[in-house]
Amino acid sequence: MGLSAYYDNYIIVLIFLILGILLPVVALTFGRFVRPKNPYAEKVTTYESGIQPKGDAQVRYHVAYYLVALEFIIFDVETVFLFPWAVALDQLGWYGLNIMLIFLTILVLGLAYSWKKRVLEWN
Amino acid sequence: MDLLLWTAYAVIILMLMLGGVTFAILFERKVIGAMQLRPGPNRHGPWGLFQTIADVLKLLLKEDIIPAAADKKIFLIAPVIAFAPAFAIYAALAFDENIYGADLNIGILYLLGVASITMLGVLMGGWSSNNKYSLLGSIRGVAQMVSYELPLVLSVVGIVILVGSLNMREIVFFQESAGIWFIIPQFLAFVVYIISSIAELNRAPFDLPEAESELVSGFHTEYSGFRFAFFMLAEYTYAIAIAAIATMLFLGGWLGPAFLPGFVWFALKMVLFMFLWFWLTATLPRARVGDLMNYSWKVLIPLAILNIVATAFIKVWMG
Repeated sequence: MGLSAYYDNYIIVLIFLILGILLPVVALTFGRFVRPKNPYAEKVTTYESGIQPKGDAQVRYHVAYYLVALEFIIFDVETVFLFPWAVALDQLGWYGLNIMLIFLTILVLGLAYSWKKRVLEWN
Repeated sequence: MDLLLWTAYAVIILMLMLGGVTFAILFERKVIGAMQLRPGPNRHGPWGLFQTIADVLKLLLKEDIIPAAADKKIFLIAPVIAFAPAFAIYAALAFDENIYGADLNIGILYLLGVASITMLGVLMGGWSSNNKYSLLGSIRGVAQMVSYELPLVLSVVGIVILVGSLNMREIVFFQESAGIWFIIPQFLAFVVYIISSIAELNRAPFDLPEAESELVSGFHTEYSGFRFAFFMLAEYTYAIAIAAIATMLFLGGWLGPAFLPGFVWFALKMVLFMFLWFWLTATLPRARVGDLMNYSWKVLIPLAILNIVATAFIKVWMG
Protein backbone atom coordinates (compact mmCIF):
# COMPACT_ATOMS: atom_id res chain seq x y z
CA MET A 1 0.00 0.00 0.00
CA GLY A 2 1.46 3.37 -1.03
CA LEU A 3 1.70 6.27 1.36
CA SER A 4 -1.08 8.27 -0.34
CA ALA A 5 -3.40 5.24 -0.25
CA TYR A 6 -2.54 4.95 3.43
CA TYR A 7 -3.64 8.53 4.13
CA ASP A 8 -6.71 8.13 1.91
CA ASN A 9 -8.13 5.71 4.43
CA TYR A 10 -7.97 8.34 7.14
CA ILE A 11 -9.70 10.88 4.87
CA ILE A 12 -12.60 8.41 4.67
CA VAL A 13 -12.63 8.24 8.47
CA LEU A 14 -12.67 12.03 8.57
CA ILE A 15 -15.63 12.16 6.15
CA PHE A 16 -17.59 9.79 8.39
CA LEU A 17 -16.77 11.84 11.46
CA ILE A 18 -17.82 15.12 9.80
CA LEU A 19 -21.04 13.52 8.58
CA GLY A 20 -21.70 12.19 12.09
CA ILE A 21 -21.37 15.71 13.50
CA LEU A 22 -23.34 17.36 10.68
CA LEU A 23 -26.42 15.13 10.95
CA PRO A 24 -27.41 16.09 14.52
CA VAL A 25 -26.40 19.75 14.02
CA VAL A 26 -28.40 20.11 10.81
CA ALA A 27 -31.39 18.19 12.15
CA LEU A 28 -31.52 20.24 15.35
CA THR A 29 -31.12 23.52 13.45
CA PHE A 30 -33.86 22.53 11.03
CA GLY A 31 -36.04 21.42 13.93
CA ARG A 32 -35.93 24.94 15.33
CA PHE A 33 -38.39 26.04 12.59
CA VAL A 34 -40.99 23.35 13.29
CA ARG A 35 -40.90 22.92 17.06
CA PRO A 36 -42.62 25.24 19.54
CA LYS A 37 -40.56 27.33 21.95
CA ASN A 38 -42.40 28.35 25.07
CA PRO A 39 -40.20 28.07 28.16
CA TYR A 40 -41.53 29.43 31.45
CA ALA A 41 -40.17 29.23 34.98
CA GLU A 42 -42.04 26.06 36.00
CA LYS A 43 -41.18 24.23 32.82
CA VAL A 44 -37.44 24.80 33.02
CA THR A 45 -37.04 23.80 36.68
CA THR A 46 -35.04 20.65 37.29
CA TYR A 47 -37.17 17.50 37.35
CA GLU A 48 -37.20 15.87 40.73
CA SER A 49 -40.32 13.68 40.57
CA GLY A 50 -42.65 16.65 41.09
CA ILE A 51 -41.27 18.12 44.31
CA GLN A 52 -39.25 21.35 44.53
CA PRO A 53 -35.64 20.61 43.57
CA LYS A 54 -33.38 20.87 46.58
CA GLY A 55 -29.74 21.89 46.35
CA ASP A 56 -27.28 21.44 43.53
CA ALA A 57 -26.83 18.09 41.79
CA GLN A 58 -23.19 18.57 40.84
CA VAL A 59 -21.90 17.11 44.07
CA ARG A 60 -19.14 14.79 45.19
CA TYR A 61 -20.00 11.14 44.69
CA HIS A 62 -19.00 7.82 46.17
CA VAL A 63 -15.26 7.09 46.35
CA ALA A 64 -15.77 3.64 44.77
CA TYR A 65 -16.18 5.30 41.39
CA TYR A 66 -12.72 6.88 41.67
CA LEU A 67 -11.20 3.51 42.56
CA VAL A 68 -12.78 1.91 39.50
CA ALA A 69 -11.36 4.72 37.36
CA LEU A 70 -7.88 4.15 38.79
CA GLU A 71 -8.02 0.40 38.17
CA PHE A 72 -9.26 1.08 34.67
CA ILE A 73 -6.27 3.30 33.81
CA ILE A 74 -3.82 0.56 34.78
CA PHE A 75 -5.54 -2.16 32.80
CA ASP A 76 -6.19 0.08 29.82
CA VAL A 77 -2.50 0.87 29.54
CA GLU A 78 -1.88 -2.87 29.75
CA THR A 79 -4.05 -3.48 26.68
CA VAL A 80 -2.07 -0.85 24.78
CA PHE A 81 0.99 -3.05 25.35
CA LEU A 82 -0.86 -6.25 24.53
CA PHE A 83 -1.96 -5.33 21.01
CA PRO A 84 1.47 -4.79 19.38
CA TRP A 85 2.75 -7.85 21.24
CA ALA A 86 -0.15 -9.93 19.89
CA VAL A 87 0.55 -8.81 16.31
CA ALA A 88 4.26 -9.62 16.56
CA LEU A 89 4.00 -12.88 18.53
CA ASP A 90 4.84 -14.83 15.36
CA GLN A 91 8.37 -13.42 15.37
CA LEU A 92 8.80 -13.12 19.13
CA GLY A 93 8.27 -16.82 19.89
CA TRP A 94 8.93 -18.24 23.36
CA TYR A 95 11.00 -15.23 24.43
CA GLY A 96 8.11 -12.83 23.78
CA LEU A 97 5.66 -15.15 25.46
CA ASN A 98 7.78 -15.40 28.62
CA ILE A 99 8.24 -11.65 28.84
CA MET A 100 4.50 -11.08 28.52
CA LEU A 101 3.79 -13.80 31.10
CA ILE A 102 5.94 -11.92 33.63
CA PHE A 103 4.12 -8.69 32.78
CA LEU A 104 0.68 -10.32 33.10
CA THR A 105 1.65 -12.01 36.38
CA ILE A 106 2.52 -8.64 37.93
CA LEU A 107 -0.80 -7.23 36.75
CA VAL A 108 -2.81 -10.17 38.00
CA LEU A 109 -1.00 -9.84 41.35
CA GLY A 110 -2.19 -6.23 41.43
CA LEU A 111 -5.73 -7.31 40.69
CA ALA A 112 -5.53 -9.97 43.40
CA TYR A 113 -4.25 -7.37 45.86
CA SER A 114 -7.10 -4.98 45.21
CA TRP A 115 -9.50 -7.92 45.42
CA LYS A 116 -8.08 -8.85 48.82
CA LYS A 117 -8.22 -5.20 49.92
CA ARG A 118 -11.93 -5.24 49.04
CA VAL A 119 -11.55 -2.39 46.55
CA LEU A 120 -13.87 -4.25 44.22
CA GLU A 121 -16.59 -4.64 46.85
CA TRP A 122 -19.50 -2.26 46.45
CA ASN A 123 -21.77 -3.42 49.24
CA MET B 1 -13.35 12.49 -7.83
CA ASP B 2 -12.29 10.07 -5.15
CA LEU B 3 -13.52 12.49 -2.54
CA LEU B 4 -16.96 12.58 -4.15
CA LEU B 5 -17.08 8.80 -4.26
CA TRP B 6 -16.13 8.47 -0.58
CA THR B 7 -18.69 11.07 0.45
CA ALA B 8 -21.33 9.23 -1.56
CA TYR B 9 -20.37 5.99 0.19
CA ALA B 10 -20.56 7.69 3.59
CA VAL B 11 -23.99 9.16 2.81
CA ILE B 12 -25.30 5.80 1.61
CA ILE B 13 -24.02 4.09 4.75
CA LEU B 14 -25.62 6.85 6.86
CA MET B 15 -28.99 6.30 5.15
CA LEU B 16 -28.75 2.52 5.52
CA MET B 17 -27.77 2.94 9.14
CA LEU B 18 -30.74 5.24 9.85
CA GLY B 19 -33.04 2.72 8.16
CA GLY B 20 -31.41 -0.06 10.13
CA VAL B 21 -31.95 1.77 13.42
CA THR B 22 -35.59 2.45 12.53
CA PHE B 23 -36.26 -1.22 12.02
CA ALA B 24 -34.02 -2.37 14.86
CA ILE B 25 -36.25 -0.42 17.28
CA LEU B 26 -39.39 -1.90 15.74
CA PHE B 27 -37.78 -5.35 15.77
CA GLU B 28 -36.93 -4.99 19.45
CA ARG B 29 -40.47 -3.97 20.37
CA LYS B 30 -41.97 -6.75 18.26
CA VAL B 31 -39.64 -9.42 19.67
CA ILE B 32 -40.20 -8.39 23.27
CA GLY B 33 -43.93 -8.08 22.58
CA ALA B 34 -44.07 -11.60 21.19
CA MET B 35 -42.14 -12.95 24.18
CA GLN B 36 -44.59 -11.28 26.55
CA LEU B 37 -47.61 -12.56 24.60
CA ARG B 38 -48.75 -9.16 23.31
CA PRO B 39 -48.81 -7.87 19.73
CA GLY B 40 -46.35 -4.96 20.11
CA PRO B 41 -46.76 -1.85 17.93
CA ASN B 42 -49.35 -2.57 15.22
CA ARG B 43 -51.19 0.68 14.51
CA HIS B 44 -49.00 2.58 12.04
CA GLY B 45 -48.75 0.87 8.71
CA PRO B 46 -48.90 -2.87 8.07
CA TRP B 47 -47.42 -4.87 10.98
CA GLY B 48 -46.60 -1.53 12.66
CA LEU B 49 -43.83 -0.87 10.14
CA PHE B 50 -44.10 2.92 10.36
CA GLN B 51 -44.21 3.11 14.16
CA THR B 52 -40.63 4.38 14.58
CA ILE B 53 -41.01 6.89 11.75
CA ALA B 54 -44.10 8.28 13.46
CA ASP B 55 -42.17 8.45 16.75
CA VAL B 56 -39.32 10.38 15.14
CA LEU B 57 -41.73 12.86 13.51
CA LYS B 58 -43.45 13.37 16.85
CA LEU B 59 -40.12 14.04 18.58
CA LEU B 60 -39.17 16.53 15.85
CA LEU B 61 -42.29 18.55 16.64
CA LYS B 62 -41.72 18.56 20.42
CA GLU B 63 -40.27 21.49 22.33
CA ASP B 64 -36.56 21.37 23.16
CA ILE B 65 -36.61 22.14 26.88
CA ILE B 66 -33.33 23.30 28.43
CA PRO B 67 -33.46 23.34 32.25
CA ALA B 68 -32.53 26.68 33.82
CA ALA B 69 -30.04 24.98 36.15
CA ALA B 70 -28.28 23.13 33.34
CA ASP B 71 -24.80 23.87 32.06
CA LYS B 72 -26.17 25.02 28.73
CA LYS B 73 -23.22 24.65 26.35
CA ILE B 74 -22.33 21.13 27.44
CA PHE B 75 -26.01 20.19 27.63
CA LEU B 76 -26.48 21.20 24.00
CA ILE B 77 -23.49 19.37 22.49
CA ALA B 78 -23.67 16.15 24.55
CA PRO B 79 -25.99 14.34 22.06
CA VAL B 80 -23.64 15.25 19.21
CA ILE B 81 -20.65 13.89 21.12
CA ALA B 82 -22.59 10.69 21.78
CA PHE B 83 -23.65 10.20 18.17
CA ALA B 84 -20.65 11.21 16.03
CA PRO B 85 -18.15 8.56 17.25
CA ALA B 86 -20.85 5.87 17.12
CA PHE B 87 -21.26 6.65 13.43
CA ALA B 88 -17.50 6.98 12.82
CA ILE B 89 -17.22 3.26 13.67
CA TYR B 90 -18.93 2.47 10.35
CA ALA B 91 -16.02 3.97 8.39
CA ALA B 92 -13.81 0.97 9.13
CA LEU B 93 -16.33 -1.85 8.68
CA ALA B 94 -16.30 -4.13 5.65
CA PHE B 95 -19.77 -5.38 4.74
CA ASP B 96 -18.67 -7.55 1.84
CA GLU B 97 -15.44 -8.54 0.15
CA ASN B 98 -15.61 -5.38 -1.96
CA ILE B 99 -17.92 -3.13 0.09
CA TYR B 100 -15.82 -1.28 2.62
CA GLY B 101 -14.78 2.27 3.49
CA ALA B 102 -11.44 2.79 5.16
CA ASP B 103 -9.15 -0.27 5.04
CA LEU B 104 -7.18 0.60 8.16
CA ASN B 105 -4.08 -1.34 9.21
CA ILE B 106 -5.05 -0.73 12.81
CA GLY B 107 -8.73 -1.48 12.14
CA ILE B 108 -9.73 -3.24 15.36
CA LEU B 109 -7.80 -0.78 17.52
CA TYR B 110 -9.54 2.13 15.77
CA LEU B 111 -12.97 0.54 16.19
CA LEU B 112 -12.55 -0.10 19.91
CA GLY B 113 -10.97 3.30 20.49
CA VAL B 114 -13.66 5.31 18.72
CA ALA B 115 -16.41 3.22 20.30
CA SER B 116 -15.30 4.19 23.79
CA ILE B 117 -15.66 7.95 23.08
CA THR B 118 -19.43 7.49 23.17
CA MET B 119 -19.31 7.33 26.96
CA LEU B 120 -18.13 10.97 27.00
CA GLY B 121 -21.56 11.95 25.70
CA VAL B 122 -23.20 10.03 28.53
CA LEU B 123 -20.98 11.73 31.10
CA MET B 124 -21.46 15.21 29.64
CA GLY B 125 -25.23 14.82 29.33
CA GLY B 126 -25.63 13.51 32.85
CA TRP B 127 -23.36 15.99 34.56
CA SER B 128 -24.53 19.11 32.72
CA SER B 129 -28.22 18.39 33.36
CA ASN B 130 -27.69 19.29 37.02
CA ASN B 131 -30.27 16.68 37.97
CA LYS B 132 -29.71 14.05 40.63
CA TYR B 133 -31.15 11.19 38.58
CA SER B 134 -29.01 12.21 35.62
CA LEU B 135 -25.87 12.43 37.72
CA LEU B 136 -26.41 8.98 39.26
CA GLY B 137 -27.25 7.53 35.87
CA SER B 138 -24.20 8.96 34.18
CA ILE B 139 -21.61 8.06 36.83
CA ARG B 140 -23.05 4.56 36.99
CA GLY B 141 -22.96 4.42 33.24
CA VAL B 142 -19.36 5.54 32.97
CA ALA B 143 -18.14 3.23 35.74
CA GLN B 144 -19.90 0.34 34.04
CA MET B 145 -18.72 1.13 30.52
CA VAL B 146 -15.18 1.60 31.79
CA SER B 147 -15.24 -1.72 33.67
CA TYR B 148 -16.67 -3.70 30.76
CA GLU B 149 -14.52 -2.08 28.12
CA LEU B 150 -11.53 -4.00 29.51
CA PRO B 151 -12.90 -7.53 29.00
CA LEU B 152 -14.27 -6.41 25.62
CA VAL B 153 -10.85 -5.24 24.46
CA LEU B 154 -8.97 -8.14 26.07
CA SER B 155 -11.25 -10.73 24.46
CA VAL B 156 -10.20 -9.48 21.03
CA VAL B 157 -6.46 -9.96 21.71
CA GLY B 158 -6.78 -13.74 21.25
CA ILE B 159 -7.97 -13.24 17.68
CA VAL B 160 -5.18 -10.75 16.98
CA ILE B 161 -2.65 -13.36 18.16
CA LEU B 162 -4.06 -15.98 15.80
CA VAL B 163 -4.29 -13.69 12.77
CA GLY B 164 -1.20 -11.59 13.41
CA SER B 165 -2.89 -8.45 12.11
CA LEU B 166 -5.21 -5.71 13.35
CA ASN B 167 -6.82 -5.24 9.95
CA MET B 168 -10.52 -6.17 10.00
CA ARG B 169 -10.56 -7.48 6.43
CA GLU B 170 -7.52 -9.63 7.04
CA ILE B 171 -9.24 -11.10 10.08
CA VAL B 172 -12.13 -12.20 7.86
CA PHE B 173 -9.80 -13.43 5.11
CA PHE B 174 -7.94 -15.48 7.72
CA GLN B 175 -11.22 -17.14 8.73
CA GLU B 176 -11.90 -17.86 5.05
CA SER B 177 -8.54 -19.52 4.42
CA ALA B 178 -8.60 -21.37 7.75
CA GLY B 179 -12.08 -22.63 6.93
CA ILE B 180 -13.28 -22.05 10.48
CA TRP B 181 -15.02 -19.11 12.16
CA PHE B 182 -13.39 -17.76 15.29
CA ILE B 183 -16.48 -18.55 17.36
CA ILE B 184 -15.13 -22.12 17.66
CA PRO B 185 -11.39 -21.71 18.46
CA GLN B 186 -12.10 -18.53 20.47
CA PHE B 187 -15.32 -19.56 22.17
CA LEU B 188 -14.28 -18.21 25.57
CA ALA B 189 -13.46 -14.85 23.98
CA PHE B 190 -16.83 -14.91 22.24
CA VAL B 191 -18.71 -15.41 25.51
CA VAL B 192 -16.71 -12.63 27.20
CA TYR B 193 -17.28 -10.33 24.22
CA ILE B 194 -21.06 -10.90 24.17
CA ILE B 195 -21.52 -10.35 27.92
CA SER B 196 -19.38 -7.22 28.02
CA SER B 197 -20.98 -5.83 24.87
CA ILE B 198 -24.37 -5.95 26.61
CA ALA B 199 -22.93 -3.89 29.47
CA GLU B 200 -21.20 -1.51 27.04
CA LEU B 201 -24.54 -0.87 25.37
CA ASN B 202 -26.35 -0.38 28.71
CA ARG B 203 -28.90 -3.01 27.79
CA ALA B 204 -30.83 -5.21 30.20
CA PRO B 205 -29.82 -6.98 32.42
CA PHE B 206 -27.05 -4.35 32.72
CA ASP B 207 -29.21 -1.26 32.06
CA LEU B 208 -28.42 0.38 35.41
CA PRO B 209 -27.62 3.80 33.89
CA GLU B 210 -31.23 4.03 32.74
CA ALA B 211 -32.91 2.02 35.50
CA GLU B 212 -36.43 3.38 34.94
CA SER B 213 -37.79 2.18 38.25
CA GLU B 214 -35.24 4.11 40.33
CA LEU B 215 -33.65 6.81 38.13
CA VAL B 216 -36.63 7.90 35.98
CA SER B 217 -34.62 7.69 32.77
CA GLY B 218 -31.00 7.94 33.88
CA PHE B 219 -28.61 10.34 32.21
CA HIS B 220 -31.11 11.68 29.67
CA THR B 221 -33.90 12.48 32.15
CA GLU B 222 -33.75 16.20 31.34
CA TYR B 223 -33.56 15.77 27.58
CA SER B 224 -36.61 16.22 25.42
CA GLY B 225 -37.58 16.41 21.77
CA PHE B 226 -35.00 15.78 19.09
CA ARG B 227 -32.04 16.01 21.44
CA PHE B 228 -33.40 12.99 23.29
CA ALA B 229 -33.94 11.31 19.92
CA PHE B 230 -30.23 11.68 19.17
CA PHE B 231 -29.30 9.92 22.40
CA MET B 232 -31.56 7.04 21.40
CA LEU B 233 -30.15 7.10 17.87
CA ALA B 234 -26.60 7.02 19.24
CA GLU B 235 -27.48 4.02 21.41
CA TYR B 236 -28.86 1.98 18.51
CA THR B 237 -26.14 3.13 16.10
CA TYR B 238 -23.62 1.84 18.62
CA ALA B 239 -25.58 -1.39 19.10
CA ILE B 240 -25.60 -2.15 15.38
CA ALA B 241 -21.89 -1.29 15.16
CA ILE B 242 -21.01 -3.64 18.03
CA ALA B 243 -23.05 -6.38 16.34
CA ALA B 244 -21.19 -5.72 13.09
CA ILE B 245 -17.79 -5.92 14.81
CA ALA B 246 -18.82 -9.18 16.50
CA THR B 247 -19.95 -10.53 13.13
CA MET B 248 -16.57 -9.80 11.56
CA LEU B 249 -14.54 -11.08 14.49
CA PHE B 250 -16.39 -14.24 15.44
CA LEU B 251 -18.83 -15.20 12.69
CA GLY B 252 -16.69 -14.69 9.61
CA GLY B 253 -18.21 -11.41 8.38
CA TRP B 254 -19.61 -11.82 4.86
CA LEU B 255 -18.57 -15.50 4.55
CA GLY B 256 -21.32 -18.02 3.91
CA PRO B 257 -22.72 -20.45 1.34
CA ALA B 258 -22.69 -18.83 -2.10
CA PHE B 259 -26.43 -18.89 -2.77
CA LEU B 260 -26.78 -15.55 -0.99
CA PRO B 261 -24.51 -12.53 -1.58
CA GLY B 262 -21.98 -11.74 1.14
CA PHE B 263 -23.61 -8.60 2.54
CA VAL B 264 -26.88 -10.52 3.06
CA TRP B 265 -24.99 -13.04 5.21
CA PHE B 266 -23.43 -10.12 7.06
CA ALA B 267 -26.87 -8.59 7.73
CA LEU B 268 -28.33 -11.95 8.83
CA LYS B 269 -25.54 -12.52 11.34
CA MET B 270 -26.00 -9.00 12.70
CA VAL B 271 -29.74 -9.61 13.12
CA LEU B 272 -28.86 -12.78 15.02
CA PHE B 273 -26.78 -10.79 17.50
CA MET B 274 -29.50 -8.15 17.88
CA PHE B 275 -32.06 -10.87 18.49
CA LEU B 276 -29.84 -12.36 21.18
CA TRP B 277 -29.72 -8.98 23.02
CA PHE B 278 -33.48 -8.44 22.73
CA TRP B 279 -34.07 -11.96 23.98
CA LEU B 280 -31.95 -11.27 27.08
CA THR B 281 -33.77 -7.95 27.61
CA ALA B 282 -37.07 -9.79 27.74
CA THR B 283 -35.74 -12.62 29.92
CA LEU B 284 -33.48 -11.31 32.67
CA PRO B 285 -34.14 -8.97 35.62
CA ARG B 286 -31.77 -6.06 36.26
CA ALA B 287 -28.48 -6.75 38.11
CA ARG B 288 -27.37 -4.82 41.20
CA VAL B 289 -24.63 -2.18 40.90
CA GLY B 290 -22.17 -4.03 43.15
CA ASP B 291 -22.74 -7.40 41.51
CA LEU B 292 -22.35 -5.82 38.12
CA MET B 293 -18.94 -4.32 38.93
CA ASN B 294 -17.72 -7.46 40.66
CA TYR B 295 -18.72 -9.59 37.72
CA SER B 296 -16.49 -7.67 35.33
CA TRP B 297 -13.43 -7.47 37.60
CA LYS B 298 -13.64 -10.89 39.21
CA VAL B 299 -14.95 -13.07 36.41
CA LEU B 300 -14.67 -11.56 32.94
CA ILE B 301 -11.22 -9.93 33.14
CA PRO B 302 -9.49 -13.03 34.59
CA LEU B 303 -11.24 -15.18 31.96
CA ALA B 304 -10.12 -12.84 29.17
CA ILE B 305 -6.51 -12.90 30.44
CA LEU B 306 -6.68 -16.69 30.67
CA ASN B 307 -7.84 -16.80 27.07
CA ILE B 308 -4.94 -14.61 25.95
CA VAL B 309 -2.36 -16.77 27.73
CA ALA B 310 -3.85 -20.02 26.42
CA THR B 311 -4.07 -18.72 22.85
CA ALA B 312 -0.50 -17.38 22.97
CA PHE B 313 0.77 -20.73 24.28
CA ILE B 314 -0.94 -22.67 21.51
CA LYS B 315 0.24 -20.21 18.87
CA VAL B 316 3.89 -20.39 19.95
CA TRP B 317 3.72 -24.16 20.44
CA MET B 318 2.39 -24.71 16.93
CA GLY B 319 5.03 -22.29 15.61
